[in-house]
Amino acid sequence: MRGIGRLAIPLGLGFAFLYLPILLMVVFSFNDSRMVTTFTGFSLRWYDSLWRNEVLMTALGLSLRIAAISATMATILGVLAGFALARFGRFRGRAGFGAVMAAPLVMPEVITGLSLLLLFVAMESVFGFPAGRGASTIAIAHATFGAAFVAVVVQSRLADFDLSLEEAAMDLGARPWKVFGVITLPLIAPGIAAGWLLAFTLSLDDLVIASFVSGPGASTLPMVIFSTVRLGLTPELYALATVLVAVVGLVLAVALRLVRRR
Amino acid sequence: MRPATRRRLVLALPWAWMALFFVVPFAFVLTIAFAEPSEGLPPYAPLLRWSGEATAVLQLNLANFQLLLDDPYYLEAYLRSLRVAAVSATICLLIGYPMALAIARAPEHRRNLLLMLVILPFWTSFLLRVTAWIGILQDQGWLNGLLLSLGLIAEPIPLLYTDAAMYLGITYCYLPFMVLPLYATLSKLDPALLEAAQDLGARPLRAFLQVTLPLSLPGIVAGFLLVFIPAVGEFVIPELLGGPGAQLIGRVLWTEFFQNRDWPLASALAIVLLAALVAPIALFQWRAGR
Repeated sequence: MRGIGRLAIPLGLGFAFLYLPILLMVVFSFNDSRMVTTFTGFSLRWYDSLWRNEVLMTALGLSLRIAAISATMATILGVLAGFALARFGRFRGRAGFGAVMAAPLVMPEVITGLSLLLLFVAMESVFGFPAGRGASTIAIAHATFGAAFVAVVVQSRLADFDLSLEEAAMDLGARPWKVFGVITLPLIAPGIAAGWLLAFTLSLDDLVIASFVSGPGASTLPMVIFSTVRLGLTPELYALATVLVAVVGLVLAVALRLVRRR
Repeated sequence: MRPATRRRLVLALPWAWMALFFVVPFAFVLTIAFAEPSEGLPPYAPLLRWSGEATAVLQLNLANFQLLLDDPYYLEAYLRSLRVAAVSATICLLIGYPMALAIARAPEHRRNLLLMLVILPFWTSFLLRVTAWIGILQDQGWLNGLLLSLGLIAEPIPLLYTDAAMYLGITYCYLPFMVLPLYATLSKLDPALLEAAQDLGARPLRAFLQVTLPLSLPGIVAGFLLVFIPAVGEFVIPELLGGPGAQLIGRVLWTEFFQNRDWPLASALAIVLLAALVAPIALFQWRAGR
């Protein structure tokens, strides 16, 4: 194995570019001053005021609920789709199915948001469902693009395993559903977990699609952050970012350990 | 149960869901793009109207598309969006390629960690990471503070709300989308090919240009498209970091929809944007398929 040699320089600079802004936010979340750029002393006051900020906390609660529900729906859809794409070979309509599952990955958010809103409005006027827009319409929208991400993760995980294990189980007389439950599912479990987490994070992070399909009273966390940022930066937002980074880091560290232990 | 039935059962749910919530909505965008705006909710007039005697009158209103063609404001926004997305994708490629190559050539036990480091920022809030750049670039921000204390500038220079800030933001947020497909291609390259080139006397640079670069072309195209397509419709970054003049198409669509409440015009904008995006991809696939 050759070393990376001089390539270490652009790699290091690239990581500095990716991490310096995050590092600055973490450091300045502990700043005592109201100024977001001059460090005057260590303090936890912004975490305290974040905790007391009812608008932000309510929005966080709503966002977490939507993320949990939509990630679960996305995982069910994405596992089925990823399994079909990885294991069914060349079935009829595969190209179309693959395209429909992949398109949400790159579709500009303004288009997805607008098109879903128009669908919901039309559905409401014809079927009376969904009655009004809010948390449920946001969850449906997030489940849709989350499913595309889960399908990719599950498909690539399945591609790492050849069919021999599943075939062996079938040769030994296991029925197809049993093979899926006893062999395939445990094999792709880490992929399913990663896909769920990815769908969860994407839902928690989405501003544009949620703004289109949301209704009065349902303000998600990104919507509240966006309107706050437009009025000016506050160290509270840095505190929020730090909490998110800490949680994500913790979850990923645990996930990595679990994967290693296998 | 026959295998074909079983397969249909597995496919039914995702097919039905994606058809209803991803494919069908485009039909509505297409329909409403031909509607007339009106007061009330939803703010557009129905296309089909009953003209008393049990006959429906279909009225297609082309005024929205006409306006997009006639008013240079919209055309300029489209062209600017395409240019901004192309430039951002190129910057991402220039920064991301050496990173991906370095990770692909790193010792095997380090690769997963390095890849994880590329993906990790993607897992933290995108909106808050853009916010960090406001703190860096604003007049009393960290960068101006640094330059002032070094004595390089006498007074703060305007960095935030400029095109440069917007490019920086887009590059920053989309860099992982470039590195991952590049890594996927580069890590699969057979090292024996490079060794053969070197055995035949090629210097490292020449071996790179004649062996590695051409073979990584699929990764370059994939990464470019993964950055380019979503960047064309990007709304948040130009809105938070870009100047008031940076009217990109995502921002224009947002304004028409939320501020002017002109749903038909917003739909027409979406249709044209979609056509502009699908055309190059279809062309690329058609050429690749030949």
